[in-house]
Amino acid sequence: MLAQQIVNAISLGSVYALFALGFTLVFGILGVINLSHGGIFMLGAYAALLLISKFFLPFWIAIPVAMIFSGLVGLLIDVLILRRLRQRQASHLMPMIATIGAAILMTSLAQGLFGSEARRFPLEMFNDENLKLGNITIPLLQAGITTLSILLMLLMVWVLKRTRLGQALRAIAESPRAAALLGIPVERLFYLTSFIAAALGGTAGILIGLSFNAISPFMGQPMLHKGIAAIILGGLGDVRGAVLGGLFLGVAEVFAITFLSSEYRDALSFGLLFLMLLWRPQGLFGASATRSA
Amino acid sequence: MDWSSWWSTYSTLVLSIGVYGLMAISIYITLSCGLLSLANAAFMGIGSYVSAVATMQFELPFSLALLLGTLTPSVVALIIGVPVLRLSGVYLAMATLGFGEVVRVVALNLDITGGPLGLNGIPLLTEWWHVLLALILVLILLNALRHSKIGRAFEAIREDETAARLMGIATHHIKLLAFVLGAAIAGLAGGLNAHYTFTLSPGNFGFENAVDILTMAVLGGIQGLIGPLLGGAIITLLPELLRSLEEFRMAANGVILIAVVLFLPQGIWDPRRFRRWLKKRATHVDA
Repeated sequence: MLAQQIVNAISLGSVYALFALGFTLVFGILGVINLSHGGIFMLGAYAALLLISKFFLPFWIAIPVAMIFSGLVGLLIDVLILRRLRQRQASHLMPMIATIGAAILMTSLAQGLFGSEARRFPLEMFNDENLKLGNITIPLLQAGITTLSILLMLLMVWVLKRTRLGQALRAIAESPRAAALLGIPVERLFYLTSFIAAALGGTAGILIGLSFNAISPFMGQPMLHKGIAAIILGGLGDVRGAVLGGLFLGVAEVFAITFLSSEYRDALSFGLLFLMLLWRPQGLFGASATRSA
Repeated sequence: MDWSSWWSTYSTLVLSIGVYGLMAISIYITLSCGLLSLANAAFMGIGSYVSAVATMQFELPFSLALLLGTLTPSVVALIIGVPVLRLSGVYLAMATLGFGEVVRVVALNLDITGGPLGLNGIPLLTEWWHVLLALILVLILLNALRHSKIGRAFEAIREDETAARLMGIATHHIKLLAFVLGAAIAGLAGGLNAHYTFTLSPGNFGFENAVDILTMAVLGGIQGLIGPLLGGAIITLLPELLRSLEEFRMAANGVILIAVVLFLPQGIWDPRRFRRWLKKRATHVDA
């Protein structure tokens, strides 16, 4: 029983972590709280749904295509909105409000195009095989979801820590101006970051859509809240922190449902976040004692 | 259409314009002190619930209920303000957003607030002149504040907090004052709101509402007191004006938000831009 819950917690937490990773990447590198990340999450899920149920594409093509689509949406938001605000050196309030606008726009478009009620993936595509490890059963789907999100996270961490590209991105996170003076194509890497972050957010949407098998225009907002909670728990802008924050949140939620009651699940993420900010504003893994972003 | 039938159709809308004007002003106070606090929707919720419970369960007079609805969120703000205001920028925004969610979920689970169903059958006690009087009093108070030492301290903190502290301004106390004052006005607006909407539910005071209130202030402009009032009126009226767009109504809302941030960064009411226009016209006449 307990082992089963731990498996569920890791599965849920790894998808939260994937979502939070994209969110924190934009904050760390662009210095922007992108409140449309939840909208991109939702569009990613719809893109996968359409590709699978309308165009009858197999899984392994539909998912990458939907990922790229989500990435392009993020890129579009960057080019149309965030780039102009960067050029103007607007205060951090402005991108927040503009991306709220973008999120409202996306939710409303999805509502208009696909209706308000939850949509489902065709049932026959799920095979209900299970993996058995001792007395724990893991549905194959859940195992696949967890594996994919962990692989993507490892890939991102590897890129950021071990490659030239990651080095350049970390230089920008430190100081965009200094990075530009060193000859790093800052603007182009901003676009790339927006693309990658949105692709990760969209993937999280696909995976949540698959694991709960319900996709609705309103699924982005609660996820955005969880993403905010996760990156603050971990420490804003910190990639490792976002991953651990997301995992932690998944574990906390699963155990809150098991041992408390389901009503307090949503309070939990923000209650934790609130306490964390009072106790350690820099997050669990943040180093500096004071931050004034 | 004669007056009384017009009023019975639109009274809620007119009262909402006033109440959301108050809400936009409540967030303007913290913004003018450089604080990005998103707790005002939660303070409004606390004020609404406290005053509604006061009139419904304890049968207190409306004035006393409004007073309680104003004071309770102020006390809450005083308590959470001390630790929370150590944070700044986006951290403060996130913490206050977190506080808002906690308030919402508490309201969802308490018995006295009616749980997920909320409160129904709140007596309709708010008259138009209550809202008008509240607005006028708040505007007079804040106008006096703006031109006082405290108002200048707000501005100093917004421009450069470290410099303000070095000048001998008790920045922590001043920020706390702005936070508490914002909470009081939000609570008052909540108390007024509860007594003409008939019902209250926890969902009314969540993230969307917090964001709406911020949008009102930014859309109207935060250079003075007129901007937030204007923004509150526009955001309240917008759903009515865009009714013909039906399901894409919210999409228009989103587009307007983006457009304002991109093209009118100082908000609609921007005295400096008006002055520039006037100057341009004046030089035209001279030539």
